[in-house]
Amino acid sequence: MDVKDIIKPENLVYNKSKVLTDTIMHYCPGCSHGVVHKLLAEVIEDMGIQDNAIGVSPVGCAVFAYKYINIDWQQAAHGRAPALATATKRLYPDKYVFTYQGDGDLASIGTAEIMHACNRGENIVVIFINNAIYGMTGGQMAPTTLLGMKTATTPYGRRADLNGYPFKITELIAQLEGTCYVTRQSVQNPGSVRKAKKAIRKAFENSAQKKGTSFIEIVSACNSNWKMTPVQANKWMEENMFPFYPLGDIKDR
Amino acid sequence: MAEKLLKKGNEAIALAAIRYGADGYFGYPITPQSEVMETLMEEMPWETTGMVVLQAESETSSINMLYGGACCGKKVMTSSSSPGISLMCEGMSYMAGAELPCLVVNVIRGGPGLGTIQPAQGDYFQSVKGGGHGDYKIIVLAPASVQEMYDFVGLGFELAFKYRNPVLILSDGAIGQMMEKVELREPVRRLTDQEIAEKYGHWATVGKPASRHGNIISSLSLAASEMEAINLRLQEKFQKMRENEVRFEKMMCDDAEYMLVAFGSSARICEGTLEIAREKGIRLGLLRPITLFPFPEQAIREMLPQLKGIMSVELNSGQMVEDVRLAVNGTVPVEFYGRMGGSIFSPEEVFGALTKKFNL
Repeated sequence: MDVKDIIKPENLVYNKSKVLTDTIMHYCPGCSHGVVHKLLAEVIEDMGIQDNAIGVSPVGCAVFAYKYINIDWQQAAHGRAPALATATKRLYPDKYVFTYQGDGDLASIGTAEIMHACNRGENIVVIFINNAIYGMTGGQMAPTTLLGMKTATTPYGRRADLNGYPFKITELIAQLEGTCYVTRQSVQNPGSVRKAKKAIRKAFENSAQKKGTSFIEIVSACNSNWKMTPVQANKWMEENMFPFYPLGDIKDR
Repeated sequence: MAEKLLKKGNEAIALAAIRYGADGYFGYPITPQSEVMETLMEEMPWETTGMVVLQAESETSSINMLYGGACCGKKVMTSSSSPGISLMCEGMSYMAGAELPCLVVNVIRGGPGLGTIQPAQGDYFQSVKGGGHGDYKIIVLAPASVQEMYDFVGLGFELAFKYRNPVLILSDGAIGQMMEKVELREPVRRLTDQEIAEKYGHWATVGKPASRHGNIISSLSLAASEMEAINLRLQEKFQKMRENEVRFEKMMCDDAEYMLVAFGSSARICEGTLEIAREKGIRLGLLRPITLFPFPEQAIREMLPQLKGIMSVELNSGQMVEDVRLAVNGTVPVEFYGRMGGSIFSPEEVFGALTKKFNL
């Protein structure tokens, strides 16, 4: 049998989401952003909410998220995405409003905005990409950088006495009364991708039911700035990130 | 007959917001303007017009809530006082860059730093010369009465949407706190979501219909050639504001030999100085810029042939006087008189300064 005989509509088992644009992504091969974008687009398509979804992109590598997912987008100042999402959701209570933020954006410069949006229980979805490093600016220390981890601003490794401790902000967020669903996921293999997609779908459903804020951390790989191959990065993430940032639901009500 | 009330300037801002069909107010308490949000919370407009009122966690968050609300094509506003406005300048730069309409009210207090809670006009430079980063301008309206506090909310929203640009009402602790008669104008209905989608759906984030690609609101453009083109387009817009939106008031200027230039509460005080001068036979006039950007340069220049001297009167160390001097361009002597840090001059003090500086 020839390949041409196999490529037929009835044999189709996978399709690119129609919500994804054809724009070539600027993300490095091996980066988790592309997978998470795909999941978001699939959930938006599956739920039929492309015309009702409004995304808020951060400052960082995902600043250009708006190029790849074909919905209405607002591009926020560094860390302020939850403030934009708050106003948007309050002014359009029936839209699906989400922020997409990295660790520098959400857990460093934007701590006030994320804490207060979650504490107010804004009916938004927060996608938090934690790859323990600043990507866009070239690999500096993030609030979530592990102890001992080498970055451009911790060239000899992060030291608690010099640089403070890695920030488990997701556990902190789970303490806030306004959050209904707080979970930590990853996307390094098919099993984890399936779980992450389920979590994203659940978060959007919570938003429709006005249950409060849904917060999804995705422990991610940044192989370029970790200075590893994609395969090495995923292995390193499993061995070093997951013990400190354990996967699973932290809160679900 | 229109309803007339005795209100503080700050209260007038709140009542005007509801009656001019604002969709959202996002603010953070700071003296001397906290009555704006307090009045809104008492009025509970979410029960009547559906207006959203939210106390944010900071001024930084407030202005970014405006950014989000403005992206939605909604009429959004905030109010604050000097230190809070400093925090908002970043957001105003973003909104000017992303071409978003919003209304910001600054009830100025004395600075620098935490300063004082008394009235001042020390934020003139911040308001008209930028405040935030990059080449941008915002339209600055300077009310001199409680009625103008009310009316400029309507005018401010109109201009903000006309140019898709932030508009600032630059008031101060005196105008914000003093009580005067205010006539409530005919209420303006809030636009429905449907109307907003029809009117602003070509740029706003209102949810993407199948007929178009997603709208993207951003101030980012990494290619220098693209960013320059955006800047040139913005500058064209700012030039249109200069051509079309200059507002000012002239008092006793027809026969004037000397002229005061003053805005806001300073202008109110200078009205008293005009009376003193006229009683003593000095032909003094007053030009009150109502828009500080665009600045009424031409109106000042037109007065020059008849003038022997101009004095800029401000509650600061001499800020607007620089724009007066640029307009005058050395043809007539320009002097400055001011007080700072929350101290206010009397009409007599202004008159004393005028006679001393021009040997009258």
